[in-house]
Amino acid sequence: MPMDESVRKAVLSAVPSLRAFAISLCGNVDRADDLVQETLLRALANIDSFQPGTNMSAWLFTILRNHFRSEYRKRRREVEDSDGHHAESLKSQPEQYGHVEFREFREALAQLPSDQREALILVGASGFSYEEAAGICGCAVGTIKSRVNRARTRLAELLNVNSAEDFGPDETTRAVLARGGE
Amino acid sequence: METAATRNKKPNAKPAKLGRDVQARLGQQLRAMYDDVVNQGVPDRFNELINRLEGDEKKDRQ
Repeated sequence: MPMDESVRKAVLSAVPSLRAFAISLCGNVDRADDLVQETLLRALANIDSFQPGTNMSAWLFTILRNHFRSEYRKRRREVEDSDGHHAESLKSQPEQYGHVEFREFREALAQLPSDQREALILVGASGFSYEEAAGICGCAVGTIKSRVNRARTRLAELLNVNSAEDFGPDETTRAVLARGGE
Repeated sequence: METAATRNKKPNAKPAKLGRDVQARLGQQLRAMYDDVVNQGVPDRFNELINRLEGDEKKDRQ
């Protein structure tokens, strides 16, 4: 199993994002870290099947997603964890004043059908293009687009938001508020 | 005769399109949640895992 420096770097640099994706899939930090570890072991054992010059991150996400689908999904996603271990692992959030709180947002996200949630995360948070997300999920680009749209609409329904004012202060406002509190 | 039941029986009614501002805020919340984890960096267990695998590999080659 040859591991040259570029592979090592590419794999390690993908870990933070792989963890964030894994947590969004299984809703539990410990299980997500196990999932990432198993993904890395599989990836490095099959490094020969990685095509140099292609996107290492997308390749790792594909392995993680497939492994999750085949193994972890059998165990039901524990939605009650949305205010448990996951919350503890996150740094404390600045207080928010709108009616959509961070915790509410996580809970709403956890209620989305899993195919919609993963599409939304891949495109909206991981920064993959629709084409890359389609490759990772093994479906058509149009399917990803429609899942992302349905996910957004459903989230807005669950959170009961009709306008941006229903949210807490935006990042800039929060930063100002945080400075004011020092 | 239209009743409340028949009126509500429109599951496929197309939902109102989300405003750009709402979409943008949903995206911000999503990224804030995701980046909270990303900003934790690489936990030690993964550095150790890669080091261990590299060690095994060196042993294999000897």
